[in-house]
Amino acid sequence: MAVKLVFLGRLADLAGADERDVPAPLDWQGLLGQIEAPLAEELRKDRTRIAVDGTLLADKAQLNAADGAEVALLPPVSGG
Amino acid sequence: MARTVHLLTEPFNPGAYVGPFTNAHPGLGGVCTFVGEVRGDAEVEALELLHYDRLTLKGMEELADQALQRFDLMGILVVHRSGVMHVGEPIVLVSAAAKHRRDAIDAVDFTMDHLKSDSWFWKREKRSDGWHWIEPRARDHADLARWG
Repeated sequence: MAVKLVFLGRLADLAGADERDVPAPLDWQGLLGQIEAPLAEELRKDRTRIAVDGTLLADKAQLNAADGAEVALLPPVSGG
Repeated sequence: MARTVHLLTEPFNPGAYVGPFTNAHPGLGGVCTFVGEVRGDAEVEALELLHYDRLTLKGMEELADQALQRFDLMGILVVHRSGVMHVGEPIVLVSAAAKHRRDAIDAVDFTMDHLKSDSWFWKREKRSDGWHWIEPRARDHADLARWG
C-alpha cells in the first residue's frame, strides 16, 4: 500500500532520487513527516506546487492521496 | 482550426515541421515562425530541460488552445525539446498560420511568452564545476504580464 512521490527539478537533488514510495494514505502533515527537513522547507513555500495523478492542488493542505496515487512535488518552473 | 503539439526528447529539424504545417493551410495569408536555440555561452557546456509526463504536454496543448481562442488563426504548431542539448540545437518552435499577419505574429509572441515563464519545464546548465539549476527570471514574468 503505497503512494509514489515524484520529485521534479532541484527537489530531486534534495531528495537524492527522482521517485520514492511512501505509505498510503498520505495527507499534507503525513507528507511533511515523510520527507527530510530541507525538502519540507521547499514544499512549504507558496511557489512549490503539488499535483496528484496529474491534477494540481489549489491548496496543498488538502492533499489526500490514496494507495496507488502519484504525488508530484513541483518547484517553480524555470521556463522553456 | 488545426493544433499540432509535440514534446520531443531527441533533436529536431524545425524545417521538417514548418514545411508540412504551412502546406496544410492552403489559402493562408501569413505564417509566423519562431525557433529558439541553445545560446552560445563559453561557460555553458550543456543545457538540460526536464519535464513531468503528467503535466508538461497537457499544459502545452492547453496553451495552444488558448492561442487559438485568442487570435484569429488557421492553425498553430508548437514543438518543444526536453533532455540534454548543446549550443545551436533547437529548443522550441512555434509557428502560427493566419489569414492576416498580425494574428500570426501576436499568437507566436503570446505562446512563446507563456512557454518561457509558465510551462512545466525545469532547466539546468552544465558548467565546468557541474550542473546548476536555472531560477525563474523576473523578466519572464514581466513578459507574461503583457498579455493580461
